[in-house]
Amino acid sequence: MHAGIIFLLVIIGSVLFHIFTPWYWTDIASNWGGMDDTITLTFWVGGGVFVAVCLFMIYCVFRYQHKEDRRAEYKPEDKKLEKILTWATTLGVCALLAPGLIIWNQYVNVPKNAIEVDVMAWQWGWQYRLPGADGKLGTTQVRNIADNNPFGINPDDPFGRDDIMVESDVINLENNRPVKILLRSVDVLHNWYVPQFRAKMDAVPGTVTFYWFEPNKVGEYEVLCAEYCGVGHYAMRGGVEVQDKADYEVWLSEQETFEQLSARYEKLNIDGNKLAKK
Amino acid sequence: MSDEYDNNKSYQAQSSEVIDGSTGSVNPDIDYVRPAEVGEQDLYHGHSFIEKWVFCQDAKVIGVQYFLTAVFTGIVGLILSWLMRLQLGFPGLAGFMTAEHYYQFVTMHGMIMVVYFLTALFLGGFGNYLIPLMVGARDMVFPYVNMLSFWMFFVAVAVLMASFFVPGGPTGAGWTLYPPQTILEGTPGSGMGILLMLISLSLFVIGFTMGGLNYMITILQARTRGMTLMRMPLTVWGIFTATVLAMLAFPALLVSAIMMTLDKVLQTSFFMPTILKAGEVLEYGGGSPILFQHLFWFFGHPEVYIVALPAFGIVSDLISVHARKNIFGYRMMVWAIVGIGGLSFFVWAHHMYVSGMNPWFGFFFATTTLIIAVPTAMKVYNWILTLWRGNIRINTVMLWCLGFIVTFVNGGITGIFLGNVSVDVPLSDTYFVIAHFHMVMGIAPLMVIMGAVYHWFPLVAGKMLHEGLGKWHFWITFLGAYSIYFPMHYLGFIGVPRRYFEMYDSPYMTSAVGMNEFISIAAFIVGAAQFILVFNIIKTLKTGKKAEQNPWKANSLEWYTSTVPPEHGNFGERLPVVHRWPYDFSVPGAKDDFIPQTTAPSEVIHTEVEKT
Repeated sequence: MHAGIIFLLVIIGSVLFHIFTPWYWTDIASNWGGMDDTITLTFWVGGGVFVAVCLFMIYCVFRYQHKEDRRAEYKPEDKKLEKILTWATTLGVCALLAPGLIIWNQYVNVPKNAIEVDVMAWQWGWQYRLPGADGKLGTTQVRNIADNNPFGINPDDPFGRDDIMVESDVINLENNRPVKILLRSVDVLHNWYVPQFRAKMDAVPGTVTFYWFEPNKVGEYEVLCAEYCGVGHYAMRGGVEVQDKADYEVWLSEQETFEQLSARYEKLNIDGNKLAKK
Repeated sequence: MSDEYDNNKSYQAQSSEVIDGSTGSVNPDIDYVRPAEVGEQDLYHGHSFIEKWVFCQDAKVIGVQYFLTAVFTGIVGLILSWLMRLQLGFPGLAGFMTAEHYYQFVTMHGMIMVVYFLTALFLGGFGNYLIPLMVGARDMVFPYVNMLSFWMFFVAVAVLMASFFVPGGPTGAGWTLYPPQTILEGTPGSGMGILLMLISLSLFVIGFTMGGLNYMITILQARTRGMTLMRMPLTVWGIFTATVLAMLAFPALLVSAIMMTLDKVLQTSFFMPTILKAGEVLEYGGGSPILFQHLFWFFGHPEVYIVALPAFGIVSDLISVHARKNIFGYRMMVWAIVGIGGLSFFVWAHHMYVSGMNPWFGFFFATTTLIIAVPTAMKVYNWILTLWRGNIRINTVMLWCLGFIVTFVNGGITGIFLGNVSVDVPLSDTYFVIAHFHMVMGIAPLMVIMGAVYHWFPLVAGKMLHEGLGKWHFWITFLGAYSIYFPMHYLGFIGVPRRYFEMYDSPYMTSAVGMNEFISIAAFIVGAAQFILVFNIIKTLKTGKKAEQNPWKANSLEWYTSTVPPEHGNFGERLPVVHRWPYDFSVPGAKDDFIPQTTAPSEVIHTEVEKT
């Protein structure tokens, strides 16, 4: 008897916890509300099944407690019941799978007007690059990476010269404009993750991965690394600042291009040589 | 099998005749069971202490050896989890806790619990003890190889534990061992630690292969007369299918361990692309980190079911025995076990939705993953339908089974979140995942293990464990574990990432400080509560009540041995002959509420047996 009551309290407690929990989603700041909606749907369907199964179990515990003089029912199979349950479950599963796949389809198809942001990860930090006036990122190679070429842009690639190098671990994004995040890593796996944007993807050394989202709330957000990358994993933070178009343009105009960066380093070198000669 | 079936039919025809009272004599055919096709196995009986208890060839002793060794690793894993929770709930309290240590503890906890504890316990422990007894064999078919299997496992555990004491300590790469970080500096234990881990895993796979061949072949070839496949207890079906999965999945782990060892030692580049570390380009190039993930999860996902299927099987038997009712839909249960096992090889990349693999895979793997929910749900329905209209003993064993149903359904439902590709995107790599897999493949199988310990202890030791202590053990464990993992899902919703040594002042974590403290305290209590069982076992062995033969009034063969506990050879002079499935509980017309598998039809002629 006690057993049934305690199990019942556990189920009631779970439902109440879910309703009154102070711990829930961070406020969404991107277009991926559909993910939240699918989660909510799964909660209703899955939670309903969980509660129903447990309540049925508890009912049985109350109703069919052992009595010496009673016998259990003897019924090895019930084909009809089993068939109904199979089909009902299949239906429920399809109802959950369909929206999941629809949203995944959106997730893997990047809108044409998305601005590309190149995110480079290393142990343990982030760096960003944006395409210049030509709208194209220059090709890169890990072996080219140096102080004067933090992304390893191929010097011969004309598309690379005007690439905008963001010398900060905070990247600014334009509000309500889709962003295609291109991820690369120079050493191990990382994952550029902002909980408010919901989206994430691993950065894998040796290849370029991507995902996209559309920020829709002006503000500052913290970037976390979401794929274990060694002992500094927990400290690998960055930032995002979502701005309105006007503010964003101002910020953009203040950034240095790859060409300017190279020139600055060349000048540094020349100055350095001069100093050395003196 | 086919004449067996015809035989049953003729029996039913006969028995109805008898009930009609039209004939006075019983047709002698109704008790017919085909004669054995091969002679009996020669057993090597140990003569010295060493041969009887150390290098022993008796599957029951090997089972206990596996069990105790696995439990030892489990206690190490438990202590590691305490240390992790200490850091997460009360950061800075333990002065020695650096990020390096934390990640080493996380890694070793995960690997130990999944491979060395759960897998070894279910297959090596319960498998060895129960398979020969339940199918009516004198021992495993290859007793010597079986003994080697355990000692190989023992060496694997020794190598694993040795890694705690080498320079640099054990690996801190996470139990998934994702390269490149696993073998690069920047990850703790990337020197000796990871090498010992890879060697230990390889040894484990070799040892396990020896055991696994035994389990499979014993079940296929050494069943006693009349024990058709469709009369086997579901425990045996679960262990059998899990073993087949292990035989197919572990090779993937072995090759990836070997390839990674080569990457580490000989600088090959199976998994290593061009890498820039500390301003220098390393001597690697052209390898694929994602290839490792595919290999790892090709092993890793079936591994989940290698743990889950024996648990499914065992819990089915426990529920049936203690609800005094036949398992509902036996055939469905068997096909669900086999179906889940088969499907489990087509879902591995649902661990990799955000790994950077071609995103189009997501459609395929989300679909296969959600398909697997259907046979799994059927199993759940059948468990609760077995309770329905049963005659349920609410004893310690049944409590663990009920706890299993609650935690398994809970963890199964959250699996539908994570399997459903786009829902996985915000939740992957957060505490939601931790909560999910601990609930579904940590706590739920643990509930079954505990239930099985209370259920079979009278057989193994000949004494009854104390019920009162057992109930305290259950309630503290169940309520504690549930209050650890249920709220933990909500940390995942906030977006708290997993494998974080510390959160600083991120808003995600500051809002969860109280919860983390609560979870940690619950974890300390639940861990400590496990020693109630240790105490119970010691106390029972010393002063416990002697168990009668077959105290639970079960039907399966392990309770019908010539002695309790069973001696080497299990069944005395003659092997038992099986006439029915093991679930004939509460059959109308029968004198008792159970009919053992060995009872011949002519002895229970007036019963309305439906399934034999």
